[in-house]
Amino acid sequence: MSKTPLAIRLAPWIATIALIAVWELAVDLFKIPQFFLPSPWAVGKAIVEYWPALYRNSLFTLSTTLVGFALAVGFGLLLGLAVGWSRAINAGIYPLMIGFNAIPKVAVVPILVLWFGIGFVPAVLTAFLISFFPIVVNVATGLATIEPELEDVLKALGASKLDIMRKVGIPRALPYFFGSLKVAITLAFVGSVISESVASNTGIGNLMLQAQAQFQVPLIFAGLVALAVEGIVMYALMAMLEARMTGWAQRSGFAQG
Amino acid sequence: MTGFVALDDVSHVYGGTGGTLAVEGLSLHVNRGEFAAVVGPSGCGKSTLMKLATGLQFPFRGTVQVAGERVTKPVKIAGMAFQAPTLLPWRNTLENLLLPLEIVEPHRSRLSAHKAEYVARAKNLLTSVGLRDQGDKFPWELSGGMQQRTSLCRALIHEPDLLMLDEPFGALDAFTREELWGVIRDLHAARKITVVLVTHDLREAVFLADRIFVMSARPGRVLTERVVDIPRPRDLEVTFTPAFTAIVQELREHIVRARQ
Ligand SMILES: Nc1ncnc2c1ncn2[C@@H]1O[C@H](COP(=O)(O)OP(=O)(O)OP(=O)(O)O)[C@@H](O)[C@H]1O
Ligand SMILES: [Mg+2]
Repeated sequence: MSKTPLAIRLAPWIATIALIAVWELAVDLFKIPQFFLPSPWAVGKAIVEYWPALYRNSLFTLSTTLVGFALAVGFGLLLGLAVGWSRAINAGIYPLMIGFNAIPKVAVVPILVLWFGIGFVPAVLTAFLISFFPIVVNVATGLATIEPELEDVLKALGASKLDIMRKVGIPRALPYFFGSLKVAITLAFVGSVISESVASNTGIGNLMLQAQAQFQVPLIFAGLVALAVEGIVMYALMAMLEARMTGWAQRSGFAQG
Repeated sequence: MTGFVALDDVSHVYGGTGGTLAVEGLSLHVNRGEFAAVVGPSGCGKSTLMKLATGLQFPFRGTVQVAGERVTKPVKIAGMAFQAPTLLPWRNTLENLLLPLEIVEPHRSRLSAHKAEYVARAKNLLTSVGLRDQGDKFPWELSGGMQQRTSLCRALIHEPDLLMLDEPFGALDAFTREELWGVIRDLHAARKITVVLVTHDLREAVFLADRIFVMSARPGRVLTERVVDIPRPRDLEVTFTPAFTAIVQELREHIVRARQ
């Protein structure tokens, strides 16, 4: 692969710094009060001041997110394979899944609390529930879009359905699968934070709720920054995993869903 | 007399009753070792014929037999190649060639123990189509013509008795195409394999085939059979002889009439 030009590599940093600069300038220039929109400087100070709490709660949120995400990967992969394998399973399950996905997950949290109490478990389950859908859809799409002609070539050799899945279906579903992980991990964060801000004594979601109750607006923003950083890091990890596992798809210009 | 591939009074409908009638009353016999070509207007059911003969589709009327047996499931002895090369992008050329061996018995159970032997076979085949030393390239590193050669090799690697080619050169330029005619001609001569070739190119049909079937417009059936009596081995020069041109002309008239 060719080396990325310097300008492209610097671009994300420049854009981030520019955003912070504009934000700082706007707050100063229009004399926006801190309880309405704190300046980046004030947010930075809040991060330093509340570092131990931020750190502890971030770890909690990260752990619920990752456990929920891991469940979503396992379950999403299995369900995706099942849906891609059989037209009947597909026809039966798809409407259910779409309906389920349409339910706002914040409405599900109270039920989870009823069953499992508050804290770790509902956060994990919300993260799981919100993030498995794109994995299922992508894996199933990868399996379902095998070129019919290739399938004919293999069938005329006497290939069983399992052969076709193993030799063609699953390898070609992998780029779709790894592509969906980027979407799923960010959704998992959303799920965790939703649950924490409704039903938890820990986690970034809960921290931000408490900060809001006490009008500590810079701390709310510090929580947002922590979430953004975690989200970016996990996204980048998934993107790296994707590039590593399915480099052929990028080099060959394989159609991605 | 029944042929190696025998379709008798076959009709096929896509999409259940009331669906598209693709072929109707189609009868066609191809002898063992023969090179048959099928030509006809677009949409007349040529690809359908290929699917029926390989057990990928089943007729609602008539019988299909291959090697003396009624076709009730995919035939297992056929190698197929299409207009699109359909190579697997995550496998290099050599690994793409080995794919059929991972499926067809007895190779399937022998493959891991006799890997070297099979790799040598694949390399020989690649050499015979002018792709020596291209085995470790990935499909997207090959030109369209090279991909098509690889696809042909994949159709031949398990030494099938029957080779089914559906417009395999349709997407190639004229020079590459004529080059591959030579490749196919030599493979057929060397292996005494039965070939059924679907093509839109009448020169291609006349150059390669022993016998040409002309199909009617949809629903397709065989209008005429034309035996090509040009002696083998045939060189590309043969395509400029009056005898050759006369056959091409004759076929063209049939197709023009079939389209009306
Ligand atoms: N899977 C399918 N479902 C429904 N109809 C089909 C299907 N495949 C082919 N047909 C119809 O059957 C008829 C014959 O198709 P077929 O593909 O056999 O034609 P063909 O002779 O190969 O055409 P071409 O020369 O353009 O490749 C066409 O009218 C087509 O619309
Ligand atoms: Mg066709």
